[in-house]
Amino acid sequence: MNITGTHIAYLHTCHRKLWLFAHGIQMEHTSDIVAEGKLIGETSYGERARKYTELAFDGVKIDFYDVKNKVIHEVKKTDKVEKAHIAQVKYYLYVLAKNGIDEATAILEYPKMKQRQAVEWEEGDEELILSYIREVSQIVQQQDCPSLVKLSICKKCSYYDFCYAGEDIG
Amino acid sequence: MKKTYYLFNPGRMSRKDNTLKFIPVDESGREGTPKYIPIEGVSDLYCFGSLDANSALYNFLGKNGISVHFFDYYEHYTGSFYPKEYLLAGKMQIEQTRYHLSAAKRLVIAKKFVQGASFNILKNLKYYQNRGRDLGYYLEKIDGLAAQIENASDIPGLMGIEGNIRQSYYGAFDHILKDHAMEGRSKQPPLNEVNALVSFGNMMCYTLCLDQIYHTQLNPTISYLHEPGYRRYSLALDIAEIFKPILVDRTIFRVLNKKEVQSKDFDIQVNKVILKESGKKAFIRAFEERLNETIKHRTLKKHVSYKHLVKLECYKLSKHILNIAPYEPFKIWW
Repeated sequence: MNITGTHIAYLHTCHRKLWLFAHGIQMEHTSDIVAEGKLIGETSYGERARKYTELAFDGVKIDFYDVKNKVIHEVKKTDKVEKAHIAQVKYYLYVLAKNGIDEATAILEYPKMKQRQAVEWEEGDEELILSYIREVSQIVQQQDCPSLVKLSICKKCSYYDFCYAGEDIG
Repeated sequence: MKKTYYLFNPGRMSRKDNTLKFIPVDESGREGTPKYIPIEGVSDLYCFGSLDANSALYNFLGKNGISVHFFDYYEHYTGSFYPKEYLLAGKMQIEQTRYHLSAAKRLVIAKKFVQGASFNILKNLKYYQNRGRDLGYYLEKIDGLAAQIENASDIPGLMGIEGNIRQSYYGAFDHILKDHAMEGRSKQPPLNEVNALVSFGNMMCYTLCLDQIYHTQLNPTISYLHEPGYRRYSLALDIAEIFKPILVDRTIFRVLNKKEVQSKDFDIQVNKVILKESGKKAFIRAFEERLNETIKHRTLKKHVSYKHLVKLECYKLSKHILNIAPYEPFKIWW
């Protein structure tokens, strides 16, 4: 199975979303919030597309990679699910290392919040990433979709209408 | 918010940079002032007039996931430019097929469609009953027929019940409509004004459902109540059953009783009656208003439009097929 950064991020946000996404049930196209995030990613740093490289291997796509300094730049809208963002870029660092690029680092950037956060490869991360990969595979291979867990982030999720649409037959 | 564009005037549509450009052309071939439509604001195009376009335009529309629906002079739906499927999900396709192939599983879903439709039909009748129409006979009859749905043992039997419900329901039209008579359902061709409106409205509803299905992972040819893929995108026919009473019939009652559509809006011939352009426009105006009306949704806890209800129906059906939650049809509750 081909695991992307999105899989790793969803593992840390919602298992149901991960399962649906992995089975091709995608909803991102319906969401204005997703569209806004994409726009922020594409337009916040005008010069970036020229300065940095887009990297794609092992099914992973890194939008902005600073080849000279070996730094991944990952642009996000808000830090609401920061843990997921950290997991995602750590997975990128893992994939880079596997492809012979050692000692790279990452920066999470939140242009709307005027914040950035450095993420470095740490002792024990390898085991952590391997456990993420195992967990993703295990969830995706489940026969049934994981049940609904109501969270405060649900309202902003592009799967909200899918998950919560129903008939109130009480 | 993306909008549906209805093209009545003949003209040329083209791509101008990343915008749509429409140049109307009058009867003598003179070009009018071009109109520009930003692509981000377009959900789909309905072509009632003759449209001149080239492949560059269709490539552009296709990349943006915009369908174009075509209708002939007699307001028949003739086909769609349906962009490449962009939401392929093998899992969903397989499950959708599996639910179709199992007679028992198929019947469960088909019954839900008929139940939803008959509930919404009864709701329409009750609304007019409360406004002084004498519809007791029809309410009772349809109630009795609806009670049989649960016992239907196969699809043809279920279709029979559905047909009888529709027939009784159309009988009630003559009591709801003030100045028009339906005198039974006639189609291909419709023989009077009411039938012409019903045909046109049903076709609009079908096309709407098709559009909403397109933006989900469901396959529009695999259906449950109707036979699949027989000339039509039959899943759109299935879902349309639930929404026709709410979206189409209520709009017909409104436009006729409020005289927004009148006899002068029809082209009445010996053996057929068709809507004139003025009639189509008046109906679509009312239909669009209906689609954009919002209600507070009970499980989503937010306001959604009638149009969005159709997409939610697709989600609920997807969840049934993926074994996430049993499908319950939309039943109007107000």
